[in-house]
Amino acid sequence: MLELRGVGYRYAGFSKPVLHDIDLVLGDGEIVGLVGPNEAGKSTLCLVASGLAPGSIRGTLTGSLSIDGEPMAGKALHEFSTRVGIGFQNPATQLSGVTGSVFEEVALGPMNLGLSTRDTVERTKAALAALGIDHLAEREPRRLSGGQGQLVVIASLLAMRPGHLVLDEPTAQLDPEGTRLVGEALRALATSGTALLVAEHKTDLLDGLCQRVVVIGDGRIVADGPAAATLEDPALVDRGVDPPSRVRLATALAARGLDATEALA
Amino acid sequence: MTDLRLEATGFVYPDGTRALSAIDLAIAPGEAVAIVGQNGSGKSTMVRLLNGLLRPTEGRVTHDGEDIAALRVAALAARVGIVFQNPDRQIFAGKVRDEVAFGPRILGRSATETAAAVDAALEAVGLADVRDTNPYDLGYSRRKLLALASVLAMGTPVVILDEPTTGQDARGIRRVQQVVADLTATGRTVVAISHDMRFVAESFGRVVVMGAGRVLLDGPPSDVFGATNWPTLASTYLEPPFAARVGDRLRLGSTPTESSVADSLAALRAHG
Repeated sequence: MLELRGVGYRYAGFSKPVLHDIDLVLGDGEIVGLVGPNEAGKSTLCLVASGLAPGSIRGTLTGSLSIDGEPMAGKALHEFSTRVGIGFQNPATQLSGVTGSVFEEVALGPMNLGLSTRDTVERTKAALAALGIDHLAEREPRRLSGGQGQLVVIASLLAMRPGHLVLDEPTAQLDPEGTRLVGEALRALATSGTALLVAEHKTDLLDGLCQRVVVIGDGRIVADGPAAATLEDPALVDRGVDPPSRVRLATALAARGLDATEALA
Repeated sequence: MTDLRLEATGFVYPDGTRALSAIDLAIAPGEAVAIVGQNGSGKSTMVRLLNGLLRPTEGRVTHDGEDIAALRVAALAARVGIVFQNPDRQIFAGKVRDEVAFGPRILGRSATETAAAVDAALEAVGLADVRDTNPYDLGYSRRKLLALASVLAMGTPVVILDEPTTGQDARGIRRVQQVVADLTATGRTVVAISHDMRFVAESFGRVVVMGAGRVLLDGPPSDVFGATNWPTLASTYLEPPFAARVGDRLRLGSTPTESSVADSLAALRAHG
């Protein structure tokens, strides 16, 4: 369980905080979607939840952050890294740059956790297979397309089997098939008990994947509820978020005086 | 105005990887063409051939009938602007307005023309209020819009967009859609790579589907996303837009957009 209570965050060198009074709990095995317009604080919230802010990106954290009941504020980054995984939006910034093949890249995480070679190989193969990128195992990481790089980063995170995982737009560069495979892999990870926070603009993905959806605006949580109800709320559009296709279609029908349930039956 | 053609064009990377085979494609001035296909299907390679960043290893690429093999990248840059998927590949200036001014300036525009082009481009993407900001103080999505503005300001007859809606929120997507509409309304050509089928169906008159380095389908969204083509789309791991699937289930014919579904249903209701 990952818990944020009254969390605020101000980046070093800036006068104003970008997060205010965030209360958010990620239960074990729960997938929580995070939506909001750009620059509302989604990425900062991901960085704070994973300890990278202020662990690596300097700033001032207020409020409390705990993992499995243990207060984490002020702890060193390595204490986070074994317990919370994070995937950035831009995979190019996350590939290690020290490995010669995708297989080595994905194996790096489990190896650093101190796992045996046998377990490392097994986890690496499983992660590559889950995302349908077994065929890229021998590819040099710097020769990957944007979408392939994103899948490799996610495979690296899956291979570590973290107790908590924070993903900032994990499918931004993926084709529909890649997006579907990532969705399935995340669902399987949650079933094994991992708590997930997934920031995404693709509300169609979150609609089927998440139990809960949190909406953020101007650094504050403005809605938090069951996924379907939150994504159907007419206020979502006013908050700068594109609803899922099924909701948009219902809105288009309503604008023509038609009831979706009846018209689409 | 530039007429673009790929004629029996193929491309093999130096390491032997074949990216494209026997592509024949003609794009007329003022067309809005979306290129879709799974990751690694050859989309990015194809658009790089259109502006000479890559040279074909087979066949040829022509602009207005002239083989571009003899032209330098700099000459081609005045005709074909390309906005990369990753904005950080092209942003380098310390201020937003300098970034946007760079293009028109190297094309030899006067100071007055450059200033007007910068204003219009920043206005189009909604960045007019951050013109004096450092690009790296903007978030990823606004850096993408900045990269778009930098290419718009060059006034090239052809604009290529590589995944323009990636990372954009609802408002950003609407801005990109407006840019595509405004460009084609003035007779300029837009070629966009996208995985976003809703954006493709709503904003493009023509969809080219790529698979394993070949063109699998080529036509208006209502044809390409029609039910008979779904197996072909599936072969390159694409799904038709949600609206097309709903329209098929309700036997409305091909309805690639949400508004076309709603219009068809409203028309049925009115007549029935």
